[in-house]
Order: sequence, then C-alpha cells, then structure tokens
Amino acid sequence: MRQWFEGSAVALHEQRDYLTQLDAAIGDADHGTNMDRGFASVVAKLEELDGATPPGKTLVLAGSTLVSTVGGASGPLWGTALRRAGRSMGDGETFDGAALALAFEAALEGVVELGAAQPGDKTMVDALEPAVRVLRERVDGGSTVEQAVTAAREAAEEGMQATVPLQASKGRASYLGERSIGHQDPGATSTVFILRALEQAVAERP
Amino acid sequence: MSVATQTMKKFVNAPEDVVKESLAGLAAAHADLLRVDFENQIVVRQDAPVAGKVGLISGGGSGHEPMHGGFVGRGMLDAACPGEIFTSPVPDQMLAATKAVDGGAGVLHIVKNYTGDVMNFKLAAELADDEGIKVESVLTNDDVAVEDSLWTAGRRGVGVTVILEKIAGAKAEAGGSLAEVAAVATKVNDRGRSFGVALTSCVTPAAGSPTFDIGPDEMEFGVGIHGEPGRRREKLKPVSEVVAEMTEAIVSDLAPASGARLLAFVNGLGGTPLIELYLVYNELAKQLADRGLTASRNLVGNYITSLEMAGVSITLVELDDELTALWDAPVHTPALRWGT
Repeated sequence: MRQWFEGSAVALHEQRDYLTQLDAAIGDADHGTNMDRGFASVVAKLEELDGATPPGKTLVLAGSTLVSTVGGASGPLWGTALRRAGRSMGDGETFDGAALALAFEAALEGVVELGAAQPGDKTMVDALEPAVRVLRERVDGGSTVEQAVTAAREAAEEGMQATVPLQASKGRASYLGERSIGHQDPGATSTVFILRALEQAVAERP
Repeated sequence: MSVATQTMKKFVNAPEDVVKESLAGLAAAHADLLRVDFENQIVVRQDAPVAGKVGLISGGGSGHEPMHGGFVGRGMLDAACPGEIFTSPVPDQMLAATKAVDGGAGVLHIVKNYTGDVMNFKLAAELADDEGIKVESVLTNDDVAVEDSLWTAGRRGVGVTVILEKIAGAKAEAGGSLAEVAAVATKVNDRGRSFGVALTSCVTPAAGSPTFDIGPDEMEFGVGIHGEPGRRREKLKPVSEVVAEMTEAIVSDLAPASGARLLAFVNGLGGTPLIELYLVYNELAKQLADRGLTASRNLVGNYITSLEMAGVSITLVELDDELTALWDAPVHTPALRWGT
C-alpha cells in the first residue's frame, strides 16, 4: 500500500503541471497542485506508521489525510474513495484479488454517492468505473492480481481518452457547456496515474 | 491570443506562501477585529464565541478578497475558512471554525455553490454534528449566467454571498435564532441574482499564466469568479450596451415586483478601477429607472474578486422592510463598516 502511494505521489508530482494545464482548459487550474500536495501529505503521514499496519488501516489513513489536506473536489472524492476501500478491507494483514475488487467497488460507490456523477459526465468516474468493472471481471475469471490490475488500468486509460469528446455535466467544467468538448478530463487523468502506480506497486510487491 | 500585459507579475515571495502571508497581513492590520488561527488556517472574530449568538461561518478558495476574511467582525461573519487559491478549504478548517464560533446557539454555514465547497462543507457539517454542535447550511447560487442548470453543477454562488453575509450577520447580531438566521439568509439568496463580465483573465500564482486567453478587443459575457466561461465571447461594446444586457439577464430572471426597491451592487473583479465601476453604476441606475425599479440601497467597490481579473459583476437583491433594516444595521469588519 505504501509503495502504491509513494508511486502515486511521484507520478502526480511529475505530472503536476500537465494536470494543471488540463484543468486550466476546462476548470480552474488547481488540480495538479492539489493532487501533488495531497499525495505528498499522504506519503509523509504513512511514514509515521510502523511496517505492521494492515492495508485497510493504511487506506483509511491515506483517505483521511487527503480529506484534510487537499480541499477542492478531488480531496473529498479521493479521500472518501480510499476510506471506503480501507473499511471494506478491514483488519486483514494481506489482501487477495477478491478483497481488492470489493475495496474498489466500495471506493466507486463512495465517489458516486458524494459527487453524484455517473459515467459519461466527464469526471473521474469515467476512468474509475470501467477500471472497477474490469477488475471485478478479471478477478472472478481467475486472473492473477497483477493481470487484473493491469487490465483495470487499461480500462481506465480507455475511459480517460473517452472523456475527450464528452460534454461535462458535473463539476466546474460543466459551466463550459459545449466548450468542454475536445478536452481530456483532469480528474479522469489523475485517476489513471494513480492506477498506473498501483499496477507498478502490485508488480513489485515482495 | 493572450493579452500581452498578463505575465506573471505579482507581489509575492513564493507562490505556495501567498495565502498564509496574506492572512498574516490581515491579522496584523486588523487585530482589533479579528485573529488568525494559523494552525487551522481560519480567520476568527476577535471576541468569538459570542455567548448566545448564532455563529456565522463561510469559506471558499482564496483569491476573492476581501471575501471572506475581510467580512469577519461585528455584524457579519464570526469566522472565515480560506482555502488555497480558488480551492475549497478542507473540512478540518470548517470544523475548527464551527467550534471556535459556537456560542451555544448553533452555527450557520454559508456555502457558495461549487462542487468542492459543497462537498467539504457537507463533510464538516457531519463532523460538527458528531460533536453535538447544531449546524444549518445555506447555499448561494445566484449567477444567472449559468442558463442550463439541469446539465451543469448548478448556478454558481457569487455576489449575493456578500449581501447575504451582511444581512444574516445583522440578524444574528440582533439575537435571531439559528432557524431565523437561516431563513433570512435563504430569503436573500432567493431574492438575489448576479451576472459578471470579464475583460481579462485572472492569473493564479501557482499556474503563473492566464487561466483563459482573451483577445484585446473581446469580453467574456457571463464569466465566473474563477475565470469559468460564461454565456458567450463577444467583441467589446460601449458600457451602456454591456450594462443593458447584464441588467436584462438579471431582471428577466429575478422578475421583481413592479416598483420594487432593490439593493444594487456593482462589484469589481479585481482589475477594474473604481472610475469604471461608477460608469457601470450610472448605466445601471438608468436601466433600473427605465424599468420602474428603484435602487433604494447600493454598494459599489471590489468585494468579491477574481485576483487581477478586469471585469465587473452586477447583483440585484429585491428588498423588503426586514432586509432593508438588516442591511442598514451597524457592521464593523475590515471591508465593510458603517453605523459604528
């Protein structure tokens, strides 16, 4: 889990200006700095933990830290996602593919509940929803965790690219109306970076 | 094409320190009215909590000064929660502010309708409820530039927020209960509408470049306070025509009673000089008179800004005796002061 967040923090820091540029086109030019600040805080917070902290607890702490440090819409949304995922995992010391799929389903449910966005609204849900769906299909179909997470990341990337022709109907981009068409959604984009970091963390885990 | 003057020229030390250092300046300049809790990043009325009085808090991204920190003081807000530039504050700030101003009569959260603000205040209200503090929330959504509310996050909260904070603050100061203060706040929002126009973009310190490109002869008609695009981009016109269109957009939506008394608020977005704001007010007064409406109260100046954006917004609130009396009641804050 810690590797996932460290990887996410590095990626979001590297992509900070890119995400902010995407946001400037259809939002308010703060997504990159917000996500960078939030995940850097998560990494700092997790360093205080000892190595034996169960993954579920780590997720809850990461989520609470995002809620407390990010602001905007992405803080409550990613914070709620991770807290729900963590609570779904409980106190188990490890997790398997089935537990990961359940945790992601809980995360998506939290995001949809708080943000009231549906697929096609041009939000992070357009990347997260297909990822969660594919993760579940692959895990149920007998794939390894590595294969399932890779497939989920690919689905998220397709979902992210599919936001380009969409007209936003949630969040600040919705004020653009038709002028939001032709731009890639920054929230869906950062979701892909976070899933890429998960893919890498899963591949490198001991 | 960018406007050539909009380069990153700002009086800052480091972009990431702008909010904190500005708050330090606010505290240093107005120590008689307010204090700043830097750990929680909140601005709190000096004598908070006021026993038995409903507490009023608001908050939102920074970059709209004097809103909200400049409205903390007697007769207006008890606390403000400034987020990063154009970024909603976090629930921890709102909870700390709620606790700091709770004088036993409950706390009103004044929330502008932006996705992030709404979500963070919602989480904060849940946390406050867990701690046994009575909280009511009122949403401002007065921007008539957003036409299609079904397909957007809804109308944005803009100029009405300032008027609402003043009037609800007076109601609380006069001993109104939480339900009464929330009711008068809702009434202000229901009876108020706004519309903004920009001539240039804002430049956030973190981005360092204009949020949107706009040609030297263009204006964004219906702009939001974060540089959100409006109804359309068009060629610059004489102020008489611009104000006529703004007034029509507001009045057709507000549909005030004939002969209604209005509070007419001409607000600068940060980069427009006062001389132009009074040109706008002059045109607005003519427009209202043509429609048989009276501006029985007014406010002209920079109160809800968008960094250095050149632009103006007009807010009209239909007054009645209660709202007029509460508007006239004494207020003493860094940005608004009368009767005291």
